[in-house]
This record gives sequence, structure tokens and C-alpha cells, in this order.
Amino acid sequence: ADAVQRFQPEALLVGESCTAELIQDQPGALAAGMDLGGIPMVSLELPAYSKKENWGAAETFYQLVRGLLKPQLPAPGSPRPDPSRWRAEGRRPRVNLLGPSLLGFRCRDDVREIRQLLDGYGIDVAVVAPLGARPADLLRIPAADANLNLYPELAGTVCSWLERQFGMATVNTVPIGIGATVAFLRELHGVLDLPLPADLEAEGHSRLPWYSRSVDSTYLTGKRVFIFGDASHAIAAARIASRELGFAVVGLGSYSREQARELRAAAKELGLEALITDDYLAVEAAMAEAAPELVLGTQMERHSAKRLGIPCAVISTPLHVQDVPARYAPQMGFEGANVIFDTWVHPLMMGLEEHLIGMFRHDFEFVDGHRSHLGDGPPAAAPEPMAVAPAAAGGGLSWSTDGEAELAKIPFFVRGKVRRNTERYARERGLELIDSEALYEAKAHFSR
Amino acid sequence: MATGTAVEALPPPLKESGQREVFCGLTSIVWLHRRMPDAFFLVVGSRTCAHLIQSAAGVMIFAEPRFGTAILGERDLAGLADANEELDRLVAQLLARRPEIRTLFLVGSCPSEVIKLDLAKAAERLNRQHTGRVTVLNYSGSGIETTFTQGEDGALQALIPLMPRSEQSQLLIVGTLADAVEDRLVSLFHRLGIERVASLPPRRSTELPAVGPGTQLLLAQPFLSGTARALLDRGATLIRAPYPFGVEGSRAWMAAAAAAFGVPPAQVAEVLDPLVERGRRALAPHRDTLAGKRLFLMPDSQLEIPLARFLSRECGMDLVEVGTPYLDRQLMAEELALLPAGTQLSEGQHVDNQLARLRAARPDLVVCGLGLANPLEAEGMATKWSIELVFSPIHGIDQAADLAELFARPLRRRAALAFV
Repeated sequence: ADAVQRFQPEALLVGESCTAELIQDQPGALAAGMDLGGIPMVSLELPAYSKKENWGAAETFYQLVRGLLKPQLPAPGSPRPDPSRWRAEGRRPRVNLLGPSLLGFRCRDDVREIRQLLDGYGIDVAVVAPLGARPADLLRIPAADANLNLYPELAGTVCSWLERQFGMATVNTVPIGIGATVAFLRELHGVLDLPLPADLEAEGHSRLPWYSRSVDSTYLTGKRVFIFGDASHAIAAARIASRELGFAVVGLGSYSREQARELRAAAKELGLEALITDDYLAVEAAMAEAAPELVLGTQMERHSAKRLGIPCAVISTPLHVQDVPARYAPQMGFEGANVIFDTWVHPLMMGLEEHLIGMFRHDFEFVDGHRSHLGDGPPAAAPEPMAVAPAAAGGGLSWSTDGEAELAKIPFFVRGKVRRNTERYARERGLELIDSEALYEAKAHFSR
Repeated sequence: MATGTAVEALPPPLKESGQREVFCGLTSIVWLHRRMPDAFFLVVGSRTCAHLIQSAAGVMIFAEPRFGTAILGERDLAGLADANEELDRLVAQLLARRPEIRTLFLVGSCPSEVIKLDLAKAAERLNRQHTGRVTVLNYSGSGIETTFTQGEDGALQALIPLMPRSEQSQLLIVGTLADAVEDRLVSLFHRLGIERVASLPPRRSTELPAVGPGTQLLLAQPFLSGTARALLDRGATLIRAPYPFGVEGSRAWMAAAAAAFGVPPAQVAEVLDPLVERGRRALAPHRDTLAGKRLFLMPDSQLEIPLARFLSRECGMDLVEVGTPYLDRQLMAEELALLPAGTQLSEGQHVDNQLARLRAARPDLVVCGLGLANPLEAEGMATKWSIELVFSPIHGIDQAADLAELFARPLRRRAALAFV
């Protein structure tokens, strides 16, 4: 009552924290029995011991929209609104952007980018929610022609409810990456019955395609990358990595159990088994096993990657303050693709340096694992990133001195993989001692 | 070894001159400074030379500079300042800052050559001034005289007078090799029974190998005409062989050395044939990508002829044109004999004419420098930028697959990228 008095909100959310959930005060029911001056009140049932943040946000958004729109619900059996009614009404089509929120990954700039993109195709934005929306704005949601489910973790529930109850069409493609942005625009134009723009598939909208095709990027081909994050960002990243940057995706996972099915499908397409876990140690173990050259992950993967001495870029929440930058830094749309190109390539050793370190290993300054464009010394981790004690190679395997010496000559960023492959090869062949010849044999064997 | 074509089966090479699209010899500094980290390369030239080196190598951030440019000013050109005094002052400054430098190369450029600044004299004088601390040498990397890798030829020639004399029997491998490749080749020569193997350039500029009548010379790089002749003048004997690219070339290269040391062929076969078999196996997947593809090589490093030989014979590529900045028929004889009949060579360059031939032929892969690579990609042609070949471990039987992969990669990348 105090809060209502002091802030005079348009609506009130009432819920419990984990501890309050144990005490069972039923605050929602209590609030329902109070005099709140007639403002809508939404009581939240958030099981703190079985669900997590994204579910809580999705559920809250859903309950709030449901509570506010209840009076507008069309009678059962009434016809679905036609997504192309804008034509009959003589106005530009308009859509809602659902899902952007505070503490989401680059939501602020994604909204601006998508808004700008849609405007270019003659499409208006009706409501952006929850980011920046008031309860009064939520009441206008049904007046739009379609909903864009930009962040499925947060808006998936609302979108499917609006589709069921109001017959509103949903666009489910998340426009992160060139291919996804084009697919998103294609889906949206289909839903709104707009003619497809002639230049939709031209590559000039973003600089990523040319940057990626240019010969400076040839060395990116087949770089092994490990991806982990929320499902939407991880799936988008996997597509960009494999099809638009030419990386080899060697691990794909997410902590979003709600989107596990989509992630498994994306992983299967890449010939991988998806990793669905919220245990950072399991992620770290999978990362070490895959021995990637680049990690695209969350704030947590940054730590693991640092420990393993692997370059890393952040693609998803959880994030830290540096991933809420002052500058314009979307992930979505065509400018988002430009941002992604720069961000993901930056942590990698640059072409010439990679070559010279591979050639000459006796330098006093440019030592193994050194990335001088990052302006600091070699990684703090041991120079052998995937170091396992020789005894731990397992299966009675051990490395001979000349085998170890040969291994040390393999460039830093692929050494972990070569070590693993060679040990696998030795195990398959029943070798006990791995010498330099075994390493060359394994290299020839796995090049096929 | 498979029998090749007689050199007469090759049409006469196109000799062209006109606009050229190549590096000058100064660029050799980009890899030589890493091979010999205790050396410093001081270019005596203009701001243009400084820009060149900084654009090429400045992508790496150096805590300690390894190269620099003494930039000629108006006063130097007008003869108002004694260029030699200026140079002495600069060198003293440099050595005060970097006392650990053991060898200082004064590298001539177009401006210094045109005004005939006598860097050889300057090196002599500076040697006297800093005797016991640092050795000062000079060579020219000017664009007027040298193209790209010829800079290394110049630098190695400058080292030759400092090499001690020895009559001892030894194998001397000449040309910059990647450390791992060098170790590997040396250990294979040991297995063949060749005990004394030395390299030029060494890893430390002060640890120069000896040379003399007992020295058998094996060239690892094809661009070392001047160095080879200077070493022959010091009594060494040249081993004639194709260059160690690919399985076939590398085997022939090692076998030629073995023959020069009287190693029986049976022992050569015993050591090398398992490697050959394994090398062919590793090469197979890249051959699948490359076979039947049409290749056009623009002139750049003089590696073009051996690479064309490898790509056609071992990877099944068809050669459209093989350009080279300079053709030393003597040092290239074994390679020319292995080229497929009818291969069109071109020496020198008229880049517009060459581009016209290129566009008419529409090859599947163009080997060219970075100045042309992206423009050609934008025209829809796949390119492999050639500079990378000087910066990659590509020599030897064990590296044949890695070498092929450098050419297969752009084709695989083009097939892999899809934006819509």
C-alpha cells in the first residue's frame, strides 16, 4: 500500500523471493484483498527452487500482459484478425517488438537496429515491450498486425498466448546474422503479405559478407570454435560461425532448458551433440575436451577460456558491465553483423603474427601464445593450454622426449587438438610410447 | 622419380616489362627479423620505406623495435648535412637504446641507391666505431634492384664474408626455413647418415656456419642466386636438385643430398619411403579439392615454378600461366624439367596485359599478391595470396599436405560460405 501511495503506478506486481516462498505468506492473495485504488494487480507464482531468471521474466511478462488484456479478449470463435488488414485500413503495417529487456544482451541497440530496418521497409513499430513500455502501452498490443518474438527466452510464452487468444501472427526468426536477418525479413513480409523487396538478398546491406570473403579472412577457415550461451544467441552464433565466417563449430550448448529442442536440432545439423547444462564445470570440461581455438560464450566462459588460455568473445548473458557499452553495438540486423565480425575476430591472433609464431619459435618477445595486438604478454595460463600430466594421458600412454619436443613445435592454438588426436591414434593402434613419428602418422591420418 | 618433360618441350617464356605489382626487397625484413632476433635492420631511405615496413609488420605490436628507417631529409639531399655523420649519430643512438643487438644491417633503398650513398663504406666505418660490440653489414633491398624474396638473397650474401672457413665435409642448407621444419629436415639427414648439417641463415646472427671446399650446398629456397654463387666462390659445391616442396620434390631434394654424400639408395629408400607413403596419404583429401582446377600464378617470390610443379604433378591442377619475377635457368633447371609439357611461363610483368590474359582465362584459382587478391575476389575469382607462402612451414615431405591445404583452403572457404 505504501508503494502504491508513493509511486502511484499504473499496475502492481506482487511476488515472493526464495526465502519468502518458504514462509508462504500468500502476498498475491493479500494484495488482492487490499484497496489499491483500482489499479490492476498481478500476482506472480515463481517457483524459485525449480525455475530461473529467464523463466521468471517470461512468466512475469506473460502474466502481466494476460492480466491487462483480459478485458479485451475476443469472444471465442471470433475470426482471427488478418495480418494484412493494414492495407484495407489504408495505413503502414505495424508490429510489436516483444522480448527486449534490461539486463538482456544488447537489447537497447537491437531495438534501434530492428526499428530502423523495419522503417526502411515501410513497417511501423507499435509497441516495444517490456523494455520502455508502460502498462498503457501493453494495452495497445492487439492493435498491431504481428508480433516479433525477438527474444524467445523472454517473449515466447506471451507470443504464443497472443497467437492463441487474439489470433495474432508471430514472426519467430531471430534476426542475428546475415542469413537469419534475411530469413526474418522474408518471414515478416510473408506474414504481412508485403511484396518481397527486390534487393533483400543482396550482400551490400552489411559489410560482414565482404569482410568474410576478403582474403584477409582466409585464415579463419576451419578455426575451431566452441559456443555456449542462451539458446537463441547460441543457435544464431552457430549459424554465423559455420556459414558466414567459415569456422568449424566443435561444441554447441546452452543453459536454456526451455529451448533445448531447438538447440539440439541446430547441433545435429552441425554433426554435434548439444550440451544442455547449467553446470559451468561441465561446460569447462566440454570446452577442454573440444580444444577449440575460439570460445563464444557468456561471462562465465570468459573465465574458463582464460584458464585454458583460449581466446574468447561474449555473445550472451550473463554479462558484465563492459558488455553494456556506451557505443552503438547491436547484435541483430545488418549493423549487428558488422559488430559481430569485429568482436569475434578480434581475440584471434592476427594472420601475419600467427604465421611468424608458427615459423620461428625462438623469439625473446613473440613467444608461444603471445597475441601482441592485444597489447599484453603471453596468456597468464601455462603455455600448454590443455596440459594434462603425461601419466594422465590414460591407457598406459606416455610421450617420449622427442614426441613432446615435436608437439611443442605445433602452433599454440591447435596444439591441444593435436595432442588429443595423437593420443587417440596411439590408443587405436595400441601404441604405448608416442614419439615424433607417431605424431606425424596421426597428423596424416586425421587430415583425411 | 617420375620422368619429366625435357625443357625443350616448354614454349618460350613470355618476357614482359611494364607496370609491376610486386614488393621490393625491403619486405624481407618482415621474416628475417624473426629468424635472427638479435639482429636489427636499419633501412636508409625515405618515409615511403618506413611506411612499407610499418604497414607490413606493424600489425604486430613490438615492445622492442627490430627494424627502423633512417629517413633522408632535405638537408641530406641538398648535401648540406653530411649524410654519413647523420647516420653515425643515429646508429649510436640506436645502439644505446638496444645494447643487445649483435648484428646491424644497413639496408639500402631506392633513394639511398639513387643518390649513391655508400652504405658499404658506412658499414665499414661503423664497424670500426663499434668494434667488438656489434657487426655492421649492408645490403640493398631497393625496389629498383630487388623483388620481394631477393631481399633475403642480399642479406645472406652480406653474411657470407663473415662465415669462418673450414674444409670439413658438411651439408649446408641455404634459405630461411621454419624452425620446426629445419629441425625435422636435420634429423632426417642424420638418419640418412649425414652427420654435419648447418643452416644459413642461423637462428642467431652471431652463430654463422663455416664454409669451404668440403661444403655441399643444398638450396632450400629458389631465390638465392647471388648467395649460391658467393658460396661457390668460397669453395662450396652445389647439389643440383628440385626444391623441397611436396612429396616428390622433397624426396628428390633429400635424395640428391644423400647421393652427394655417397649414401646408398637402399638406405635412402628405407628412411624416406615410409614418409613418402604417409605424405601421399595426407595429400589425398586436398588433391580431391584441387584436381582438375585451373591455376594462374602471378609473379611474386620466385617460388612460383616449384609450386606450379607440385600443384600440377601431385595435386592434379592444370597450369594456365606460371609467372615469376626472375628466372635463373641454372638454379631452376631441375624444376623446369618436371613441369608438364606446354606450360606457359612468364618472366617479369606487364600487369595490365597479364590481367587481361587472366580475365580471358578465368582460372579457378589465382596466386597473387594482396594488391590484386581482393579486387580479383570481387570479380568472382578465387585467389590465394602469395606472400603467405613465404611465412608458412611448407618445406619437406611431412609438410606436403599443409602446403596443398594452403591452396585448397580458399576453394573450400568459397564453397562453405553462404549468407542467405
